[in-house]
Amino acid sequence: MLQYILTHQAEFMVLLRQHVILTCSAIGLATSIGIPLAILASRIPFLERPVLLLGNLGQTIPSLVILALCIPFLGIGFAPSLAALFLRAILPILMNTFTGIKNVEHGIIEAARGMGMTENQILWKVQIPLTVPVMIAGLRTAVVQAVSLATLAAFAGGGSLGDLIQQGIMMVDQERLMTGAVSTAALALLADFIIGLLQQWLTPQGLKISA
Amino acid sequence: MIRLENVTKQFGVVKAVDQVNLHITPGEFLVLIGPSGCGKTTTMKMINRLIDPSAGRILIKGKDISAEDPIQLRRQIGYAIQEIGLLPHMTIADNIALVPRLLKWPKKKQRQRVEELLEMVGLDAATFMHKYPRQLSGGQRQRVGVARALAVDPPIMLMDEPFGALDPITREQMQDEFIKLQEQVKKTIVFVTHDMDEALKFADRVAIMNHGKIIQCDSPEMILRRPANKFVRDFVGSDHTLKQLSLIKVKEAMITDIDTLHPDNTIAQAKELFKRGSSNIVVVAKTGEAIGYINREDLNKTPEDRFVSEITVNSISTVASDKTLKDALTVMLKNDAGYIAVSDENRKPVGLITSSRLRQIVSEPRLNSREEQ
Repeated sequence: MLQYILTHQAEFMVLLRQHVILTCSAIGLATSIGIPLAILASRIPFLERPVLLLGNLGQTIPSLVILALCIPFLGIGFAPSLAALFLRAILPILMNTFTGIKNVEHGIIEAARGMGMTENQILWKVQIPLTVPVMIAGLRTAVVQAVSLATLAAFAGGGSLGDLIQQGIMMVDQERLMTGAVSTAALALLADFIIGLLQQWLTPQGLKISA
Repeated sequence: MIRLENVTKQFGVVKAVDQVNLHITPGEFLVLIGPSGCGKTTTMKMINRLIDPSAGRILIKGKDISAEDPIQLRRQIGYAIQEIGLLPHMTIADNIALVPRLLKWPKKKQRQRVEELLEMVGLDAATFMHKYPRQLSGGQRQRVGVARALAVDPPIMLMDEPFGALDPITREQMQDEFIKLQEQVKKTIVFVTHDMDEALKFADRVAIMNHGKIIQCDSPEMILRRPANKFVRDFVGSDHTLKQLSLIKVKEAMITDIDTLHPDNTIAQAKELFKRGSSNIVVVAKTGEAIGYINREDLNKTPEDRFVSEITVNSISTVASDKTLKDALTVMLKNDAGYIAVSDENRKPVGLITSSRLRQIVSEPRLNSREEQ
């Protein structure tokens, strides 16, 4: 496997880079749209039901199906792959943030309101800080899903470590197959580890203490 | 201070609060009590506009609060609820300084106030300031909740079952401390509870509510002695006689004409006291503490040149004069004693409580005793 990487260094690095770029852009997009959307949905009552519905619907559709559905609209290549990854990644981020904000203990909100915090202050100083751990848990799910879903981008011609797996299967080249599979798994673990650090860093100190 | 005029709150077809009129005077401790769903919490929440009334109006210091900005209004009214109201992601200092921070107090003033308040509620500032709510026990969190409500020294405090989540022992301790605190700070307090004992302990007046209406609003004494109807009588409970005892201080009810003897006084001296009409003789030690009593029969059987110490029954229980008659009764029952001595802060006997005295008190109408204090 190491042998394969060394001999096909340039090719491997291209695929790895594509994989990482695909995942990161999908996550970046999903986070920057998902979190504001969740906050908005938590404050505007009529958005609540559609968001929950979309969330539940989205989670039940298999990833490959999402990818397949993107191809007729976006052709093949980077765009449909990114779209599919984005759609998959936004759900856990959106849902976790939304339910996190909604589930902040009522007594806490009521106390904050009773002391004279404005609705905006309650959102930014109470609800969001208390939601951070749940929010990051959503991000973690999203990242791990995106890393593995990126391998399927090979089917859409998106280019990723999935190419190695696909080629490995078709050419019955075990070396190539293993390289693709193991490096994707390693990437997923690494991403998970990084998010874990982020979680430690972003979670308010007072919430780390178990009650 | 706070005046509710024909206040009604309707949720759909249900009248949660129905034509309530209340006038709360400055420094008064008013307790709203009733079964769940009686409208007590809704009534309270209308005072800081967490809920707006459907009809009627509420005045604070003569001003109709519906015309005021609810955010500004709430910042001027202390608000304490069960301990879950603390923000778990903020330190104790940040929790207490929440309103001062909203009002943009200078940092230094905030810090001073936090230290002052922590001391006031009996928590060491240096130890607790930087801790988080989850590191504290229920009782400690509750103290912080009270400190937070007092942060900007608001003249009015609203308290919604603040001690409800505590275990009975901690609750009682917190209640006692809170009474002392209130004596210091003298706030106008509206306090919601469903615990009658708590209400009687704190209240200047108790407003008993049912189905959104105030059934009776009166002093604890009146509620116990003159319940307005069957509902109040049932709500107060069948042990109202005992509850009455908890309203009366030992020093208000004790027999004060007592005489004292030392163990080395002679029997002749004791007899002399009895001849002069003294009926309550306590034997005290040199240090002044009550150590026993003497029986008249023993006195008559003993030669006059002997000493009091020989006939002293060395078992007398004492109760402090600032305790309640309920405490006195507890001491009497525990020690199977017909009477007990009352001691002042220097442990000197100042009076007696006897079982017949207790019987007399629960049966005599002492309606105005609260006002006389």
